[in-house]
Amino acid sequence: MPSLLFEQGAPGRGGDFVRGAGKPSQYLDAAALRADLPLPDLTELDVARHFTELSHRNFSVDTNFYPLGSCTMKYNPKLNEAVSAFAGFTDLHPYAPDDGAQGAIRLLAHMERTLASLFGMDAFSLMPAAGAHGEITAMLMAKKYFKDRGEHERLTCIVPDTAHGTNPASAAMVGYNVVSIPSTARGRTDLSALRAKLDGSIAVCMMTNPNTLGLFEDEIVEMTASVHDAGGLMYYDGANANAIVGITRPGDMGFDLMHLNLHKTFSVPHGGGGPGSGPVGANARLSPYLPSPMPARDASGAYVWDEQRPKSIGMVRAFPAHFLAIVRAYAYIIVHGADGLRANSQLAVLNANYLRAKVKKFLTVPYDDHCRHEFVCSAEQLKKETGVRALDLAKGLLDAGVHAPTMYWPHVVPECLMIEPTETENRHTLDAFVETLRELVVYAHEDPAAVQQRPLHTPVRRVDEAQVGRLANKGIGLRWSPPSSDGNA
Amino acid sequence: MYTPHTPQDIAAMLEVIGAPSLDALSDPPAGLKIKGRLDVAPALPEADAYAHIRAMADENSAARMTSFLGAGAYRHYQPPAVPYFAFRSEFLTAYTPYQAEASQGSLQAIFEWQTYVCLLTGMDVSNASVYDGSTALVEAVIMAAQATGRRRVAISRGVHPAYRRVLATYAEGIGVEISEIPLDEAGQTKIPASLDADIAAAIVQSPNFFGAIDHVDQAASAAHATGALAVHVSAEALSLAVLKSPRELGADIAVGDAQSFGLPVGYGGPYVGFVATTKEHVRRLPGRLVGETHDVDGRKAYVLTLQGREQHIRRELASSNICTNQALCALIATIYLATVGRKGLASIACANMANARALARAIEAVPGFGLAYRAPYFNEFVVGTPVPAAELCAQLEKRSILAGMPLSRFYPELTRQLLVCATELTTQSQIDEFARALAQEGTHAVAAV
Repeated sequence: MPSLLFEQGAPGRGGDFVRGAGKPSQYLDAAALRADLPLPDLTELDVARHFTELSHRNFSVDTNFYPLGSCTMKYNPKLNEAVSAFAGFTDLHPYAPDDGAQGAIRLLAHMERTLASLFGMDAFSLMPAAGAHGEITAMLMAKKYFKDRGEHERLTCIVPDTAHGTNPASAAMVGYNVVSIPSTARGRTDLSALRAKLDGSIAVCMMTNPNTLGLFEDEIVEMTASVHDAGGLMYYDGANANAIVGITRPGDMGFDLMHLNLHKTFSVPHGGGGPGSGPVGANARLSPYLPSPMPARDASGAYVWDEQRPKSIGMVRAFPAHFLAIVRAYAYIIVHGADGLRANSQLAVLNANYLRAKVKKFLTVPYDDHCRHEFVCSAEQLKKETGVRALDLAKGLLDAGVHAPTMYWPHVVPECLMIEPTETENRHTLDAFVETLRELVVYAHEDPAAVQQRPLHTPVRRVDEAQVGRLANKGIGLRWSPPSSDGNA
Repeated sequence: MYTPHTPQDIAAMLEVIGAPSLDALSDPPAGLKIKGRLDVAPALPEADAYAHIRAMADENSAARMTSFLGAGAYRHYQPPAVPYFAFRSEFLTAYTPYQAEASQGSLQAIFEWQTYVCLLTGMDVSNASVYDGSTALVEAVIMAAQATGRRRVAISRGVHPAYRRVLATYAEGIGVEISEIPLDEAGQTKIPASLDADIAAAIVQSPNFFGAIDHVDQAASAAHATGALAVHVSAEALSLAVLKSPRELGADIAVGDAQSFGLPVGYGGPYVGFVATTKEHVRRLPGRLVGETHDVDGRKAYVLTLQGREQHIRRELASSNICTNQALCALIATIYLATVGRKGLASIACANMANARALARAIEAVPGFGLAYRAPYFNEFVVGTPVPAAELCAQLEKRSILAGMPLSRFYPELTRQLLVCATELTTQSQIDEFARALAQEGTHAVAAV
């Protein structure tokens, strides 16, 4: 393990970076100043070696097949990076006057119109910073909508048992009571169970379609109609939108509100866990509640920020957008056009079904129906036969240089692995993955203990999560502390 | 465009699947298929797309202007080493480090980020990051409400107005009421002798939106006297390099935005919010948290921990709904801090103070202009203007100068006040040019009256 930055360097090493300007005490009274800030002083070469070494201890899309279900780890074209680094964008201050930011607002306005058309919404806000941020934005909109209608008793949010954890967490953050509904034997949300929960307390029903089992909710029109009949709103979680772009639209399914993850569907790189971008769409009934400001055009045709939106919930972050993330997604959209985006979604579905058809020969695929962009398989039977679990298969894949699929989620499938290959992987990679997984299953029968030892070849092997959790609960082990310190570490 | 499938591949794969066509596999139930053309521009070849977006970037004339705008987004020097290493594919194209064995690089970098935030703020623990300074403030309010069981917070009017607007958006949803604490004639928060007993937190930004180094210590004393928490907000994280740390001032939670550490102003984002606190409140921290442990062979290792607080485990009972955070931005800030080091960061902070004071001297020499408040400042301060500041900004924009933030945008009563900022990138010739422009516009305005 490379030493920490804080264990390296020597005081006084490193440069000034700017022309010398003396000491802090020349500018402020000592009472306002800190005694010291003990950061490490390193040379640029120290930094280069350190972070290059760290980078070698990561799997990434550019280095490894990364079939992490629900995360859409597609290739991130480098065009995106180049255009987001243009000085005309990076040096543009968020409070720049609109007439000096016409290109930026125009880009956002085009993006907004394009997303509205692609997903059948009246309008989109590009302000939310990530998917979960989009979810809470939409929940705040729903809350304000019902308040304006005087329907204060609507405080229930329905989520399927296969929903992303962010759905119930976002609903709870605005004070909604969360009610879960089960899935059917076909892996779809149970329409009759949904209808049984519908009464005057329903505010929102949050759905993902295709759902997190990778299956299209084929009764979606009946579901949205039922929720609407009960006076509730339908929310589309766009985490799985990569299966539907250019093919079908949430607006046409009857959804009132939705979010997208531009870092999934539209190839903004995931960055090791962000930044993302989570635009929120709304139909005509809800769009007045979208965050403010919104890009617009004035009477002269100039692009402006429209702040005159009296029903808007307001701002959900300090500035109007994760702008440089949106530039990346915009580049991706304009090199594809609607037909190219549709083709990508079709190929994502093709790749997932190809894997499903091959994997089901040696692992259980509990819902063996044509899937969309991802599917779920289960190691439950393998565990009964050999003791080898989904976790062990996942760790075994790491040894073969493949990132593990999403594990143990959704909770409705025991010992599950959720596999999403995306459209950018070629058939050779998919075949090699199937072969690696098949060999692991064969090996599990021959020598289960050996599989349970995996991984053997990663930078570290299985880590002790229990101990770190116990210490972390007391605030210990969450940072480096100087050796002389009396107990922060 | 970036897909590998040949027609032969597609045919062979469909045969394995047993599907007649791509449409048959991917079409929705009857009636839901998109009909007709979408309002999406036709595809551009990559070279044309590059040129098209380049033209949009070039249209942004404000990006090239001499700028004295700060107000929560600061133009600082970015050492070339920072993007060079941060944008390595292995960091850029990884996801949240759920699989520790395959993510030690990202995990160690986050652990280092958490440490940097603790060193800067003086706090015991920091999370992996949140979206920005404003959402960090919201998370601090939720933490304080949970810690105290109280549903009202007192927030200084010196906290960034956009942060306060974001808090107001969330307030009803999270069930918290907001009271504002006014500023005094020095531009600092007028801390009352005692806070109401139902207050969960007293929230003060320092330097505040007016640039003034504020009375966080007084706010902390008042808060603690009633069992409330004190929250320190930083919109300009560079100030933490030299100012007393939030912990030294008595804060229980330190939040802010670290955009200044190597992230471009980028028309508003992405930036990186931080949330740090004392050991006592560690379980209330939102989002990802990385801890140090070891693997089965006894090697040191890093791993996501306390996931029992998080949405993917705890669902509606989670401490926050955050999932994706700002890992790459936190990495950029970490590499920035590693590159500049103690010595570099202190010298950059001093250059900000030196240039801001040179700017102040130049402005004070212009008849009709002067500093509006007497509180000590870091790299930003408010100028009293002889004409409405918004009009002045419009005039200076014609000379390719972004004069600053007219406070009337957020404080309608303060029409003749302009918030200006100097950083280490501000030059003496820019300052001279600014002063000349102010002199001319100020004179015109006075003559016009």
